Parts: sequence; C-alpha cells; structure tokens
Amino acid sequence: MTQLYHFHGGVHPPTHKALSVRSPIATPPLPSKLVIPFHQHVGSMAKPLVQAGDYVFKGQLIGMPEDGLSSAIHASTSGTIAEIGMQVVAHASGLPDLCATLIPDGKEAWVVREQRNPITLPIDEIRHILRLAGIVGLGGAVFPSDAKLRGGKHHVRTIVLNGAECEPYITCDDMLMRQRARDIVRGGDIIRRVLGADEVLIGIEDNKPQAIAMMQEACVDRSSMRVIAVPTLYPGGGAKQLIRVLTGIEVAAGVRSTDKGVQCFNVATAYSIYRAVAFSEPLLSRIVTVTGNVHKPQNFEVLIGTPVDELVAWAGGKPDTTHHIMGGPMMGVPLPNDQVSVVKACNCIIAASDALFPPAPPAMPCIRCTRCAEVCPQELQPQDLYWFAKSKNFGKAQEFHLFDCIECGACSYVCPSHIPLVQYYRFAKSEIWARDNDKKAADQARERHEFREYRIEREKQEKADKLAAKEKAALAAKPAASDDAQQKIQAALAVAKQQAVTPKNVSDLTPQQQAEIADIEARRANNQARAQSDAGT
Amino acid sequence: MFYSPFIRKPISVSQIMLRVMLALIPAIGAYLYYFGPIILVSLTLASITAVATEAAMLKLRNRPVAPFLQDNSALLTAWLIALSIPALAPWWLVVVGTAFAIVIAKQLYGGLGNNPFNPAMIAYAVLIISFPTHMTHWLTPAMLIHADLGFAGQLAYMFGNVLPQNMTLDAFTMATPLDTLKTQLHLGTAISSIFGQPIFGGLAGQGSEMVAVGFLVGGVYLWATRIITWHLPVAYLGSLFVIAGIFHLIDPAHYAPPLFHLFSGAAMLGAFFILTDPVTSPTTHKGKLIFAAGAALLTYLIRVFGGFPDGMAFATLLMNICVPLIDLYTQPKVFGKKEQAR
Ligand code: SF4
Ligand code: SF4
Repeated sequence: MTQLYHFHGGVHPPTHKALSVRSPIATPPLPSKLVIPFHQHVGSMAKPLVQAGDYVFKGQLIGMPEDGLSSAIHASTSGTIAEIGMQVVAHASGLPDLCATLIPDGKEAWVVREQRNPITLPIDEIRHILRLAGIVGLGGAVFPSDAKLRGGKHHVRTIVLNGAECEPYITCDDMLMRQRARDIVRGGDIIRRVLGADEVLIGIEDNKPQAIAMMQEACVDRSSMRVIAVPTLYPGGGAKQLIRVLTGIEVAAGVRSTDKGVQCFNVATAYSIYRAVAFSEPLLSRIVTVTGNVHKPQNFEVLIGTPVDELVAWAGGKPDTTHHIMGGPMMGVPLPNDQVSVVKACNCIIAASDALFPPAPPAMPCIRCTRCAEVCPQELQPQDLYWFAKSKNFGKAQEFHLFDCIECGACSYVCPSHIPLVQYYRFAKSEIWARDNDKKAADQARERHEFREYRIEREKQEKADKLAAKEKAALAAKPAASDDAQQKIQAALAVAKQQAVTPKNVSDLTPQQQAEIADIEARRANNQARAQSDAGT
Repeated sequence: MFYSPFIRKPISVSQIMLRVMLALIPAIGAYLYYFGPIILVSLTLASITAVATEAAMLKLRNRPVAPFLQDNSALLTAWLIALSIPALAPWWLVVVGTAFAIVIAKQLYGGLGNNPFNPAMIAYAVLIISFPTHMTHWLTPAMLIHADLGFAGQLAYMFGNVLPQNMTLDAFTMATPLDTLKTQLHLGTAISSIFGQPIFGGLAGQGSEMVAVGFLVGGVYLWATRIITWHLPVAYLGSLFVIAGIFHLIDPAHYAPPLFHLFSGAAMLGAFFILTDPVTSPTTHKGKLIFAAGAALLTYLIRVFGGFPDGMAFATLLMNICVPLIDLYTQPKVFGKKEQAR
C-alpha cells in the first residue's frame, strides 16, 4: 500500500455522479454549425489562417500558435468557414472573442494523417507536434501541454496523472478511464518519456472503482506506473491537492511544480497527447458530461465548437432550465447564454434550474465561526480575506495570501452566513490586477517623464560644459589669469546658473522628441491592453 | 447572475444558534430540578427583552428586521444572561442586563458579527457593578431550603418586590459556594472545614454543581456535532485545572481543589458557551488556546485574589480585548509555505 498524504480541510458535497455514468460515452450527430474560438488556451490567441468562404478539412489547422505561450486551433470537422468574427464565448468574462463559424458538410473529410511511433520520436518533435495539435490541459486549466512538458530547474521525478475528478456531477474523466484506459496510459508513457520522469502516479478518487480497475488493468505491465485510489474529498482533484496527497509535496502559489520535481496532467490530456502523437489527431473533440436538469444525463464526445443548446438538446434538456453552468457546481462558471459553444476547457455542462440550484439565501454578517478556515485546502483564513476584500484593504488581503486562494469554493460552501466568499476574492484579485496595471502604466509614464527630463538636463549640461570650456579657454588666453580654484568656482557657478534658469517643463519639443514620446505612448497602451487581457484569462 | 459555488451545505447561523440553545437544555433541566421553575420566568423575560430590543435597534439602524431576528443570536444571548445571573431577582434586573447587552454591547457596535465583547458577559459585568447586592442572592437548592416561598411567592417577589411577612430574602437565597469560600477563608477557616458545610456537594456547590454538569453535557454535544471545536473548552478547563491544582498542591488549606473551580461559578458555562462565542474569540487554533488559557488564568486570579465572587465575566472581557492581537500573531502558515517561513 502506498503511503498517502493528507491535505487540510476539504468538503463532501453530494456528488450526483451516478446520473451520468449509466450509459457509455455517446457520439452525437454533427451540429448545424461549429463556432470555434481562436483563444481557448492560456497564452496568446492563435492567429487565424482562414477566411470566410474557405473550405476546410477535418483536423485542418485554422489558428496558428503565436510565439511564446500559445496553442493551435483546428477545424473540428470538414466544411465551409462561414464567418470569422467576434462572438460571445464560454468564458467567465462573458465577453466576445474572435471565432470561426464552420458549417459542416457532413463528409468528415480528414486532412492527411500519419501514424507515428511515440517511443522513437525525438522529444523536441513531440513537443512541436503537441503545440500544433492544440493540446492543452483538459482538466479546465487549458494550459498548453507542450509548455508543461518543458522541464524545470530540477529533474522531474514524478508525473501525476489526475483522474481524481472531485467536482460533483462531472464524470467525463471517469467514463474516459473506464472506456479508454489504454490510451491514457500510453499518453502517460509519452509524458514520462518527454520529462524523463521516474514514475507516473495515477490518482483516482475511491468513488470510481470501475475506473480504478480499468486503469489498473491497463498499466499492469508497467513497473513505473501505479494507480492510486485517493480518498473522495473535494477539492482532492485540484492539482496542488492531488500532488500533495500522492507525493507529500506542497507546491506553493507562484511556484512551478516542476521545480519541486513533479508535474501534473489530467487523464484526458494524457489521452489527447497519445492520440496526437501516435495518430496525428489534433484536439478536435473532448468528452463532456451533460447533466443536471436533463432527461438523460450522459457523457458525449463533443466536437469543439458545438453550440451548447444543441448539445443539451441531445441529452433531453428540460424546459424549466434557467441557465447552464460550464464545469461543476463548485467552481463552474455560468454561461452567458446557451448559444455559446463548447471549448477545450469545457468538461461539463450542467443545465440549472431553481430546483437544482436554489438561489442563496441573503448573506448574513460573518460570525467568525471559522468553518471556512477549517475546510480551506490552502490553509488560508477565508474570514480575514473576506474582511479585507470587503473593506477594499487589498494590501492586507495580499499579505494574508489572497493569491494562494485556488477559488475552490469550499469556504463558501460551508459558510453558515451564506456569504459568497469566493466572489469577494475574485473581486479583490481583479482589483489588484487592475491597480497593478495602472501602476505599471504610471511607472512607465514616470520613467518616460524622467527620461525626458534627463535628456533635457543632459543637453543643457553639454551646452553649459561647452560654454564653460570656452570661458576657460578665454581665461587661459588671458595672461593675468586668476588661480585654478577660482576658475572652477566660476565654471560651477555658471553651470548652476544655467541649470537654475532651465524651465522644468520644456514645451517646445522637437518633432523627433515628440515622435519618440508618441512611440512610447503607443507601446504603453499596447502593453496595458495585453496585461488586461492576460488578467482576464 | 449567480456565481460558483452553486451549492451550499444546508446550515445557517440561525440553526447554529438554535443548536447552542438546545445544548443549554440539560443545564436548564438541572436548574429546574434543583432550584425550581423560576428560571423559566427569567429565561422568558430575557428572551422577550432581547427580541424587542433587537427589533427596535434594527429598525433604528435601518437594517432588515426579519432575517436578523431569525438568526436567533439575540435569543441565545438572552438565555446565557438568564443563566449567568441569579434567577430570583426583581424582574428589571434581567431586563436591564439583557437590554444593555443587546443595545450597547451588540447593536451599537454594528450588530451580529461586529461586537468585540461578549454581550452576555457585558450584561453580567454591568449588573454586578451596578447592583451588587441583587447579584449575590442566589437561590438555595431545594434540598437545603428551610422555608419554601413557593412559585407564587417567588413571582410576587420578582414582580411586586413583596415577601411574606415572616420571611427575609436570606431564608431561601444564599451566597454562591465561591463567595462563601472566599468570605470563610477571610475569616481564617480552613478549606476542609468550609467544605464540610451543607451547601457544598461532591464537586462544588450542592445543586449548582449539577447545573455545571448540565453545561458540560451540552458542551460535549456541541463538540460532537461540530458546532464548536475542542480548543477553547479544553484549553480553558485544562488551564484552570492546572493553575488551581498548583495552588492547591502548594497550600491545600487555603486553595480549593481544582475540580471545585471547574464545577463552580460560571466556569463550565463559560468554557462551552461563552468563550466559544465565535464573534468574540480568536479564529486561529493557536489563538484559541492562548485566549482560553489567558481567560483561565484571569478567572482564577479574580476568583482567588480579586474582589468579585466570580471571575469568568471579567476574564472573558479582558481576553476579548486581546483577540485582534492574538489573531494577528498566531496566523498559521499556508499551504506550501511552511518550510520557507521556518
Ligand atoms: S464560514 Fe462564513 S461566517 Fe464563518 S467565519 Fe467563515 S466567512 Fe465568517
Ligand atoms: S476558495 Fe480560496 S479561500 Fe476558499 S476554501 Fe478555496 S482556497 Fe480557501
């Protein structure tokens, strides 16, 4: 028996998982259209490669990863691009983003694919393949996998495959492990090989005995790979918590887990990695649990870009559905409307009704009962954070480790005063980001100002020096020159005088100077916009 | 729009308060058994006062009345006040105490969750300073009583301030065991002979020790149902036991045994129902231990060396002042940052 570690707190919300595991993963018919956002991952948006009217094959690259952290976007089926434009996307912000609208032609005509041997493929090439295959973390973080497959400062000893799936209602990883265990394990092999890790630990919550059995069977011939049943405890499937439970390592906020010798991948990501490397299948679809207020809760293999309303209709959405939630009831985000499309981050769609999720009773004052602190997996003091966030004392909130909060919602879940605690933390974080951006902008402005001042000073100084030199020369020419010290004082005085009369704000700038300033200005605005969009992800 | 989490544990402030009130039932039962039904009258008086003043204050402060009244916190305060002052007293004693607790100690500080001091203990402190004589007349337990006033007679005294002609207050009230101990020790009597007096029972005072047992039972229920954690009561009772034990070991003739301290006065009530008021106690585990140990030390010092019959209330209030500081200096290390900070 492996030694398991323990993380602080955690809660046991009702799981409601049995609903959606009664039938195997289903493949729904092609939707009427696919709306594929170009920005479905952490990092910069993929650059569109297609235009309205273009015919695309299934698996064709339509969004090219930008330099740095980015990932590729593909046509999920064959058909015609109807439009490239801004549409509301499935994201917490509810803001529109650039999307390709694809009308399927029903032929499912693939691009040319090749079979490869993952064992012999050079490691660099594997990373390149994953980047171009648009593989990102499918647990919800959507961090580009090729970037996660770059080692840290230290040797990565352990790979954690996350099959814990602690959020209530969601069963997509459970079903994937039951039905496609072998490919997940092969994905684990690739990850282990790329990172040169010693072992792969597959953590699955003990409420999924079938998945555990299938996975165990799939890796029975691998000495370096072990399936470990972990206690069912929310948020035991959080990467930090699962790493802690399996290895005892605590990865603090802002620390890369590779620096601690461990890296964590979702099981669905491992599966997609294998499919991409071995069969050059880009990330065109993912397993999505459709559950909640539907007649037939089930898991579907859903093409990226499928409109949520069509997907829910296949599961038999009930008419009294008020809205849809992407993700689970603990950390999910309410969708802005049901026309948004399934993205790579979307592991579950819950049709919500007032009966399933009654609105919270009015919030009462915090009674400092510390139930929140008892359950916080990050060992924070949520009641203090709440207090600081509420009073907008953001400095204090940061001091009390606001940014260590993983927004798991355990604190809100248990709060007897029904305070939407996580909402306060999100608010505080976004305020701090906004202020940081403002501060950055102000710093840039100050730097620019100081630079200009400095340059003007320098020019004046140069002039003064020249003047002083001239005077000195004149003085030197005179036979009855006063002594050296006298000269120095004179020169210094002249400089001081010059400086004293220099107006601080020179209004008549040369066109060249003005151009420079405009240039800096533009760069600053650009930076700000980028910082803002980063904060929004 | 709603935000995650979309589900909540079915628990509310009002349920928590109700459970705490439920946990007071064993002690109230013991009270009834040993001291008669008059406690029900003072509980009722306190409850009515608390609800009325709370409602009035919420109105004045422009706060929604219904949800805050339903939180049961005012009722709980009322019960705690009724249980910590003499049951047989002029009606206005409990009314003044409760009104002061709700109006000044709670609502003027901002209401539920914002009061730095425990309202019930503020009430006790105000009453014992303002009306010390009324606060020292405690009912004599049934088995020791010589002249029974009867329930009707008690009501007549409570509301009309009239006593039957041939009776004085001393016929059916007495000083608390703590008080008796203190005065007798002053007179130079040794502990052993003081404890021989009939008002002393097996642990502490006849009757009152059983009420304390009732609080203990209720407290264990609160701990078992996870309304409270063990930290505060265990640290308080443990520290009180150790401190009293040390003094008792050094000089058993002048210092009462530790169990006497645990089961007399408001020690049990305080350990499980007063210190554990979340609003006025520290939030960290370490802080709770410090807070409770400090309260135990102060309780003992006030009891043994101070001028008041019991030290629980002042000890609590003094420690309440320290809560922000205690919290600040006992912040636990967060996930992943334990080694670095070391
Ligand atoms: S659980 Fe709610 S009421 Fe209790 S301390 Fe935390 S925030 Fe305050
Ligand atoms: S949401 Fe943040 S503060 Fe609340 S329990 Fe989770 S990690 Fe702790």
